[in-house]
Amino acid sequence: MSTTLETGTGRGQQPPTPPPPSPPPGDALRRTADWARRAPLLPALIFTIIITQLPFVATLVISFMDWNAYYPDERGFTGLSNYVNVLTDVNTRHAIWVTIVLTVVVVLVSLLLGMGIALLLDRQFRGRGIVRTMMITPFLVVPVAAALVWKHALFNPEYGLLNGTLTWIWSVFGSDNPPQPDWITTAPLAAIEVSLIWQWTPFMMLILLAGLQSRPLDVIEAARIDGASAWQIFRYMTFPHLRRYLELGALLGAIYIVQTFDAVFVITSGGLGTANLPYVIYQTFYTAHDYGLASAAGVITVIGTILIATLALRTVSTLFQEENAR
Amino acid sequence: MSSITDVGPVAATRTDEGEARQPRKPRSGALLGVAAWLIGILFVVPVLWMVLTSFHSEEDAATNPPSVFAPLTLQGYRQFFGVGTGTSPWPSLLNSLTASLFATVLVLLLSIPAAYALSIRPVRKWTDVMFFFLSTRFLPVVAGILPIYLFAQWSGLLDNIWLLVVLYTSMNLPIAVWMMRSFLAEVPVEILEAASMDGAGLLLTLRRVVAPIVLPGIAATSLICFIFSWNELLLARTLTGTRALTAPVYLTGFVTSQGLFLAQMCAAAFVVSLPVLIAGFAAQDKLVQGLSLGAVK
Repeated sequence: MSTTLETGTGRGQQPPTPPPPSPPPGDALRRTADWARRAPLLPALIFTIIITQLPFVATLVISFMDWNAYYPDERGFTGLSNYVNVLTDVNTRHAIWVTIVLTVVVVLVSLLLGMGIALLLDRQFRGRGIVRTMMITPFLVVPVAAALVWKHALFNPEYGLLNGTLTWIWSVFGSDNPPQPDWITTAPLAAIEVSLIWQWTPFMMLILLAGLQSRPLDVIEAARIDGASAWQIFRYMTFPHLRRYLELGALLGAIYIVQTFDAVFVITSGGLGTANLPYVIYQTFYTAHDYGLASAAGVITVIGTILIATLALRTVSTLFQEENAR
Repeated sequence: MSSITDVGPVAATRTDEGEARQPRKPRSGALLGVAAWLIGILFVVPVLWMVLTSFHSEEDAATNPPSVFAPLTLQGYRQFFGVGTGTSPWPSLLNSLTASLFATVLVLLLSIPAAYALSIRPVRKWTDVMFFFLSTRFLPVVAGILPIYLFAQWSGLLDNIWLLVVLYTSMNLPIAVWMMRSFLAEVPVEILEAASMDGAGLLLTLRRVVAPIVLPGIAATSLICFIFSWNELLLARTLTGTRALTAPVYLTGFVTSQGLFLAQMCAAAFVVSLPVLIAGFAAQDKLVQGLSLGAVK
């Protein structure tokens, strides 16, 4: 096709002179056409490479260096010692474990809750739109604000809503000695998980609801007429259809939740054994200024994420191909 | 009611089938409806509690059992906006607005041409390019934050809001490219080509055929990018100090309790969340598509 058209998407495009019906496939001509085709893509591509890939390469280099800003004279390459330190240090090893537990628990629980709620919302009932809007709300609270509200307004042992509700329930039954647990101190990681599950269940619910609404309903109707029970329809028709959406929700959710920083920073400030990898890395380079160690921990986070991301990309690409095949 | 099925352009066509689905047993159906209502209320209670507490006096906010029906007051808001104390959150709110708006505009300027080159006139191996963009979204922020910090320190860009604009642009670009591509892919290319041959018809076609498809896409993409930029904490916390401080960083001032401060904190949390709540409810139907990077419509 003509090359004038590709060079811009904006206004001022002159109608191109009609191209010859089949231009002789000259090499130079085709190369120009190829570049004209690529031109609109290049700014975004170059920008992305500079802003995301270069820093990561730098992280990779620094991860092999002994570099602490407090001791600028001792900078030099040390090989794998930072990695050895990350993997042998009790704190960072614990952070790896916390990251895994946090991600798995939050993803699984919010996925299960999200599926249950999506199934409920897929039915007809009065005020379905209102319930759907209520369900989305937690996702639309700024994460820092949500974590603050959970920490101070809900979990606080003296005046938080949770213990306040306990006091109120106990007083209804005539007791003035209600249990008043200190939620965050007793179960710090669970407290963070609860606040994250609260925020991420709507995400899972939205994806699964979209999945439910794309089911081939005529087939399900036919099965129902043929006498299939609700459970059979769920087990053999709905669930297999939902599987890809479950995978998508789990993997996208995992990629976002592995990076959780706000909730840990606000609710426990990494204390009480809740520091995950992003928090430890932040602390290692921002407070302790150990750049080499922080970078090695960053690279390890990336390796973990790549494992998940490979699976995620595979799932997304299946959905993507099916959509394009339609 | 109608908003439920309007999940996306594809789902919208199924509204009729969705409505036609029969509730099997009326009684269990009603029970399940009640269950859905209860769960919905349970999920929204923390937000409602935040809003209610923000309108209580500090004394009423910190009682046990909670004083739900305490008189309403703007005391918390007055305190948050620094009436009397002089510490105003406005600079941080304006910084957040600057960072989010400019990042969104930049994202659109970069992603629309890119999406064009990936859908209407696709380059060769365009799927590989799509997945390259996506893979950058999967790269954890902590993987690049140190070199960015060192670069900012070296170049004097530390505590500069424009650095955040650039970083938020790169953070949102993959999402925007995927979303915009999924919208542009719906543009009928034949009509566009016929119009470009015709010459005079091109502008008309752009307005009549392309704009109705692409404009909602641009709106949805902008809202998603705005939300993600507005919410961001880690980069802002690391790379800003006093001048370029954003609203989420301002909120971290409430991490440690300071006596009676619950109403003020809830007012702060509500004010900072308000733009996202508004944008999110406005883009409710497009949220799934954005969050799943356009994979689910």
